[in-house]
Amino acid sequence: MLSLVYFAWVREAVGHDEERIERPAADVTIRALIAALAARGGGYAEAFAQPEKLRAALDQHFVPLDSPIGEAKELAIFPPVTGG
Amino acid sequence: MSRVSIQAGDFDPAAELAALEASGGGGVASFTGIVRGDGGLIALELEHYPAMTTAQVERIVAEASERWPLLGVRVIHRFGRLEPGERIVFVGTASRHRTAALEACAFLMDWLKSQAPFWKKEYFADRTQWVEARAEDDAKADSWKR
Repeated sequence: MLSLVYFAWVREAVGHDEERIERPAADVTIRALIAALAARGGGYAEAFAQPEKLRAALDQHFVPLDSPIGEAKELAIFPPVTGG
Repeated sequence: MSRVSIQAGDFDPAAELAALEASGGGGVASFTGIVRGDGGLIALELEHYPAMTTAQVERIVAEASERWPLLGVRVIHRFGRLEPGERIVFVGTASRHRTAALEACAFLMDWLKSQAPFWKKEYFADRTQWVEARAEDDAKADSWKR
């Protein structure tokens, strides 16, 4: 299983902050998974239709969207950060 | 000596500065961020990624400590609901000389803005909106890349 966690407007559009999914093959990229999530429609389509507006972290480290998910336990998807 | 706190509560900049002054250096630099009440803002809600935030900010502090000879670093970042006038972030650095303290402080703030997992939502009387990342902030963070 793979944990997906969402933040900010991604979380709001999806309607929850965490879910568990069947682990994709290790070579599936985050970008490909985002496309699959968008295909669920509804709030998922809203959250994931524009990957250029999204950033990701695998096991709590920022990574590019073209990274393979590999053996990670947790994938976080969120908008660009706005702290400080 | 470095210390990172990610907390909901307020902090006392004077106490933090006093601790940095006691670290034996010749200079202390600091930045305190305050919530602005622009455009009728009622409050900010800061969300973060609890499993990642402290570790990520500690990585940023470690990067600063590699680049500048720092005797002390203190980073405090608040989360939750904050109203205009409230303190939101504190960065303090101590070093033997001013250049290292000032540069490291600026670096830490630029990287906190673009490399720490926080998101701000703005509350106005009639609407809410998520703050969008500014290209200018990314450019400032990138300017420290080497």
